[in-house]
Amino acid sequence: MTDFTIHHTPDPQADTSLPDPNQDTFFTTVLGFWMYLMTDCVFFAAFFATYAVLHNNTFGGPSSRELFSLSTAFIETMILLCSSVTCGMAMLAALRGKKNQIIAWLAVTFLLGASFMALELHEFTHLVESGNSWTRSAFLSSFFALVGTHGLHVSIGLLWMFVVTMQVFYWGVTVDTFRRLVVFSLFWHFLDVVWIFIFTFVYLMGVI
Amino acid sequence: MHDHLSLKAIQKEWHGTVKSYLIGFIASFLLTTISFTLVSTHALTGHTLVYTIIGLALTQAILQLLFFLHVGQEPKPRWETIVFFFMVMVLLIIVGGSLWIMNDLNDRVMSEMTEAMSHD
Repeated sequence: MTDFTIHHTPDPQADTSLPDPNQDTFFTTVLGFWMYLMTDCVFFAAFFATYAVLHNNTFGGPSSRELFSLSTAFIETMILLCSSVTCGMAMLAALRGKKNQIIAWLAVTFLLGASFMALELHEFTHLVESGNSWTRSAFLSSFFALVGTHGLHVSIGLLWMFVVTMQVFYWGVTVDTFRRLVVFSLFWHFLDVVWIFIFTFVYLMGVI
Repeated sequence: MHDHLSLKAIQKEWHGTVKSYLIGFIASFLLTTISFTLVSTHALTGHTLVYTIIGLALTQAILQLLFFLHVGQEPKPRWETIVFFFMVMVLLIIVGGSLWIMNDLNDRVMSEMTEAMSHD
């Protein structure tokens, strides 16, 4: 307990019936994770800038117009949007303390996220099998780097979601699991925001 | 009991409502569909199309930040919002700066190459 109170200045008038070290942990954790997300944004910005600079350097290979399927990208966008909303529904269930609803909504979110990854991996294997892997041109290197990094984030998010769901299953809604759900939901919504820009700058502008 | 009370206290600090998620979802759905339709039906062309879909993407990102990530709704001092705007500044410098430098470099090298070719 002493670890928690090192930075805590006790208020003489404070209501001592509610000693609340966990609340401090909640705020610092959420703020710290938010700062990580913002640095992750800068990380993605570097990949976006690289892609914007290199997307015409096809080295005689196929251009984005010949490679990208707009309808697949549209379906992927909708799947990710729906999973973002179902994740929000899981959070609302957590607010009401309904354990089974949280698990059900997270299961739906997981399935949507997994189908997003399946579509993306299908697209990637198709590109690699037709000889258009990341070694083909600078354009394809930057494409795989950008979209692959997002896919990696989604995959890690799926693993994380599984762990958090298990914790909710075993421990219910506690201070700790609620905080983890909040942090996870920030991560998942953030990935959807990044995907909006991938859909617009890579897929939509790629076929214009 | 203590655990229960502090959980309640924490839950008060989280801002999502069914309404905010529904607004965010419907708006994002419409904006994505509009930009997809504009591009696939060639309703607009050239720069108009490019600027329109960038505008739609930015609108959707801002809506999702407000309705899904609840930016700007935390209690004061708003550290999350401050960090967010700092990130936007860094992002603009990185992306804008890279594109400016690389396009400028491209123009200069390419025009020199054309000049060199015309001398031959």
